[in-house]
Parts: sequence; structure tokens; C-alpha cells
Amino acid sequence: MYDAGKIIAGLVIFLVLVTSPMWYKAATGTKGEAPELKYVTESKVCVAETEYMKAFHMDLLNEWRDDVVRRDDRQYEGLEGKVYEKSLSRTCMSCHSNKDEFCDRCHDYAGVSVYCWDCHVEPAEVQ
Amino acid sequence: MNALLALFGVAILFVIAYLGVDVLGLHSLFGIVLPYAAIFLFLIGFVVRIFQWAKSPVPFRITTTSGQQKSLNFIKSNNLESPHNTTGVIGRMALEILFFRSLFRNTKAEVKENERIVYGPDKWLWAAALAFHWSFLIVFLRHYRFFAEPVPEFILKMQAVDGLFQVGTPIVFLTGLILLASVTFLFLRRVVLPQVRYISLLADYFALFVIMAIAISGLLMRHFYKVDIVGVKELAMTLVGFKPVVPEGIGFIFYVHLFFVCVLFAYFPFSKLMHLGGVFLSPTRNLANTNRIKRHINPWNYEVKTHTYEEYEDEFRDVMREAGLPLEKES
Repeated sequence: MYDAGKIIAGLVIFLVLVTSPMWYKAATGTKGEAPELKYVTESKVCVAETEYMKAFHMDLLNEWRDDVVRRDDRQYEGLEGKVYEKSLSRTCMSCHSNKDEFCDRCHDYAGVSVYCWDCHVEPAEVQ
Repeated sequence: MNALLALFGVAILFVIAYLGVDVLGLHSLFGIVLPYAAIFLFLIGFVVRIFQWAKSPVPFRITTTSGQQKSLNFIKSNNLESPHNTTGVIGRMALEILFFRSLFRNTKAEVKENERIVYGPDKWLWAAALAFHWSFLIVFLRHYRFFAEPVPEFILKMQAVDGLFQVGTPIVFLTGLILLASVTFLFLRRVVLPQVRYISLLADYFALFVIMAIAISGLLMRHFYKVDIVGVKELAMTLVGFKPVVPEGIGFIFYVHLFFVCVLFAYFPFSKLMHLGGVFLSPTRNLANTNRIKRHINPWNYEVKTHTYEEYEDEFRDVMREAGLPLEKES
């Protein structure tokens, strides 16, 4: 085999890179479990079903923003005909009041950066 | 015909994923067993393939110079295009691997009126290939956010640049769109140009279609049929930790995406995609042009039996002296 040293060194580097999640996990010592969320609420239902909210809450927020800002439409009919105000700070955050222990947990876990707080004032406990 | 067969193959793969996950509900097969099998095949296959190539003899330098070779001091040489030392070779390899230097030389031949053949530059393949490979690399690296907890800072930075325009929710990543656009271009090129279509094989189309399927299912999953992303990361992290658990309720489109990725990984070592490793072993790129500066001896030359004149004279000196022949040494 010609240049065996170089080829094997290259292969080892490649294998370490491909399997790097394993080494990263060992180095940080985290289990990587899904974060636990803290709910501060008396209400047991959200504006939509949990499954939908998990995957599509960003779409709902986007629609709400467009409705309120562009069409002055502030009423949202949620589950069982209950009417909510389309507002992140007043509706969502009245139950999920703790940004640190609700929003950020999953977003940090999945590496998602949101731009909600570019305009909205962050809730008090963060400041 | 080849393209249709490949498309048919990819369609069958989609049906397999659909039947397996949506109809039969084999979540742990598609979420655990196949990913492990695919990555195992990929790693072992990759190493075996590289060793097979590494065993081939490389006795001589194959020089494909496109620059002046190093010779006399007053002749200006080009160490990047015709390297004569390791630094030059590293430079040439870097240009080749990072910027596809050889592809940049691509030309096209056209028959003009009065049957004259005209050669001209053709940078489209180079541009599309560069866009494709770089965006694929960035898309691949971005997925690291599912395999690392906490998510490394450079991944977040990369995402921020990638989603610079903040279009849509979740934000559209530019590389995802560039990947799909460039792979589509590379496919259309094979179909539209008659010469390229003539030399295109089933394997060429298949790899393109699988990558296209991965890009499409990924974009659909991110922007249309959204899935529980926390569940996806949970699955990925348990796979990394070898204690796999499939969380409930991850959308079907995720399994389609994952299945196509598994197919690509498993297929990788047996396909032309191995140019990922192979490019490093290209003898026309990674050997310095030292044919004249250094003497290279074929390592498997056998020992040639020689009989020099001195030895000849030693052997026949007496006879030669008797015959009165001239001798170089008298005794």
C-alpha cells in the first residue's frame, strides 16, 4: 500500500468526524432528553389541540400577527367555540407566562432561534 | 429510459416507507433498525472501499500539468498547477476539493455553420456542482442540531446566516432551496444535452433522484407537513446514545425523509458517490510533478543480472592474453 500512513490518518479523521455526535455526547455528558415544560395556568386547554400546537404554533402566531397588524382582526375562535384575543403577550403568555421555562426550553433544545422578541417586549422575569 | 427506471426505483422506495410506517406502523424498524444498519453499512463499506483503492500500486507520477513545471531558476514555474513539493500539492488538492478546479476547465464543443467546430468555455456545470456540493454540506452540518445537546454555537451561527432573510415560519434556509435547485439543474442537464444523456447510467439518475427526494421531503417537513421537532431530536439523541426509543406521534413525512437518508447512506459505498473519498486518492492531483527533479524507480523492478566488461575481462583474461587481444588491466 502506498502512502499508507496518510490514507489511514485521513480515514481515522473521517470516521471521527462522522461519529462525532457520539464523542460530543460523551464529552458534554448530557443525556439529551427532551426538556420538561412548566405550565403556569388554571386552564387545561390551549387555543388548539396539543399535537397541532406542537408542530404548527409558529404558523398560528404568524397568522395572528398578520390578522391583527394588517386586518385589525383580533378575535380567534378556538377549541369548543371559545373566543380568544389574538395576542402573544396577552393570550399565549397568560398561561405560558414563563418564557425561560416554556418557549426557550424547546427552542434551545432544537436549536431554533425565534424573532418574536425583536419586536415584542420580553416578559419581566427575563429582564 | 434509465431516468424513468431510476424514478420508478425511488417511487418504490417511497411506497415502501409509506406501507411500512403509515399502514403497518413499523416505527421502530424505520426509526431504529434501518438507520443503524445504514450507518453501519456506510462506515464499513467506506473503509473497505478506500482500502481497496489504497492497495492499487502508484509507481509513477501521472502528470497532468497545466502550468509551467519547475526546472531552471530563471524559468518561472507555477507551483499550484504543476506542483513540485508538498505545499504545492496541498494547494492543488485544496483548489480541487473546495473549488472544483478541474471542472472549471470544462469546455464545450459546438458545430457552427459551415461545419466548423468551435470550442468555448462552459462554466454552468462547475457553478451548479459548486452550489450543489456546498449547500449539501451546509444542510448536512445544520442537521447537527439534532445530534448534539447543547447545540454548538457554530451551528446556530450558520443557521442565522442561512436564514438571513427571515422568510416564513420556520425561517426558510437558503441552502435548502439552492440544494433542490442545483440538483434539479444537474438532472435536467443529463436529460436535455444529448451527449450527456447518452453516457448517463441508471446509477447516475438514481443518486440524483434519491438526493432530490431527500431535499423535497425535508423541505415539505420543515415548511408544510410539520412534525414534532422535539420528538425528532429525542429519537436522534437516543440513537446516538445507543438506547433508542421512538417517541410517539412524529409525523409520517419524517420517516419518509429518514428512510431516503438511510437509503443514501447504505448505497453510498457501492456507488459513484464514493468520490467523497476518492477525490483524495486521485493520482493526477495528489502526486507532485517531480518526474525530472527526483529519480523514481519502479518498486517492482526485478533484479537484472548484469555482466560488466570488467567482470568479463576477469573471467577471460588468460584466454584473451593468449589470443593477443588488448586488455584494460594486465593482471
